[in-house]
Amino acid sequence: MATSENKPKIVVKSKPEDKLTWKEIEIGGICTEPGSAGILRTGDWRSRRPTYDFTKCIKCALCQIYCPEGCINQNADGTYQADLYYCKGCGICAKECPKTVITMIEEKE
Amino acid sequence: MAKRTGMEVSLAISEAVKLANADVIAAYPITPQTHIVEHLADLVANGELNAEYIPVESEHSAMSACLGSSATGARTFTATAGQGLELMHEVVYVASAMRLPIVMAVANRALSSPLSVWGDHSDVMAVRDTGWIQIFVENGQEAIDNTIIAFKIAEDHRVLLPVMIHLDGFHLSHMVEPVVFPEQSAVNAFLPPNNFPLPLDPAKPVQMGDFAPPAVFTEAKWAQEMNLEKSKEVILEVWKDFAKKFGRQYNPVECYRCDDCDTLLMTMGSFSETAMMAIDRLREAGQKVGLFRIRLWRPFPYAELRQTVKNARTLIILDRAISLGQEGPVATEVKNALYPLEKRPKVVGFVGGMGGRDISPADFENIIKRGMEIAKSGSNREFEIYGVRE
Repeated sequence: MATSENKPKIVVKSKPEDKLTWKEIEIGGICTEPGSAGILRTGDWRSRRPTYDFTKCIKCALCQIYCPEGCINQNADGTYQADLYYCKGCGICAKECPKTVITMIEEKE
Repeated sequence: MAKRTGMEVSLAISEAVKLANADVIAAYPITPQTHIVEHLADLVANGELNAEYIPVESEHSAMSACLGSSATGARTFTATAGQGLELMHEVVYVASAMRLPIVMAVANRALSSPLSVWGDHSDVMAVRDTGWIQIFVENGQEAIDNTIIAFKIAEDHRVLLPVMIHLDGFHLSHMVEPVVFPEQSAVNAFLPPNNFPLPLDPAKPVQMGDFAPPAVFTEAKWAQEMNLEKSKEVILEVWKDFAKKFGRQYNPVECYRCDDCDTLLMTMGSFSETAMMAIDRLREAGQKVGLFRIRLWRPFPYAELRQTVKNARTLIILDRAISLGQEGPVATEVKNALYPLEKRPKVVGFVGGMGGRDISPADFENIIKRGMEIAKSGSNREFEIYGVRE
């Protein structure tokens, strides 16, 4: 089953943090570009990934409400799906889904 | 011409905060600091100081409120002591790492237990590593001057660090002393308005106190260390500027009859003025003794310290705190600073004056004499406790 992995649209002008020298750090580590946390790929923390049987989905949005990462978006057909760029694989959506649409499988890639 | 007046030192600090035109005071009362914030509350309530006074529910909240206030660019002051400083401990680190120019007076107090509201330096030693600039004052005038000076140092764009003013609880905080207040116009000319470069501003949002993964934490800490080390140039510059305008010069290490000395005594804080009387007596008796005090506790004044002790044979240190299981913490730091020198004095450490116990001029004479004896005996015992009943 196809799963989304959206590249973030955020453009960050500053250097990636693992390239910053101590002289380039802003006073007190102040971050002057709001929303830059959006480039942080939390998806690579994942050890399990959600898979979907959309035929059972009743579009109730409970998965979206419960997702602690806030990474579940609505597809064009009204179903809901996690963005794997951010999804940490916690499995809360699978647990909460009243129709067992979501099954967590081991991340093997 | 400014008039000489008598005032309790705590109240004098509040008046200095008023002269500095502080915008926000967030504080919680605690002995022996209470009179400072109590008087500030009066000044705000009476309309004499146009500031926001935030009475908070704890010292942890006091420093947290100071973070928020300082982050908006408001000139921010608080004061605490002993257990209060301990309760705000984690936020004390945050203030310096976020580079917020908060000024805090600490009326130094012993830490429990046994419960003591009286003065010593245990609370100072617990915040040595917090990244604040730390200055000791010895009398009321120094407290006034350095409170005003602290804002100028803290808010300088080359510094942007919080500053602690240490004054001895009760022995200094509750004394009525003769002081001279500088004119408001002179303070205004000396201390420009605070202009924090990246304040919280809805029109230009920033994120503060951010998360740092392992990839950048080391760089952030090194930037903080470099900044604290470099702040010393500015501290010296501000003290010089103050001396030019107000006629009183402050130095990282202050000397009293240090020239031509075999034996030096070292103290910090208000006990120093008592120690001077002992030095005078011993000098009259023909002893080559002198006294110096560390005023600038952080950043540590390595160069000035080494210069001061370079000709002495014995250095006697009175610590007013004990690092349990080790020795007096100031003695440890001084030994560390002297280690690279080829010729260095023998360091003899004493711990005394804890929990508000007096050290009289006669006591200081005893300490100096005993220190000279120990040095002569070649003993390597780390320290002695002074005045304990056997």
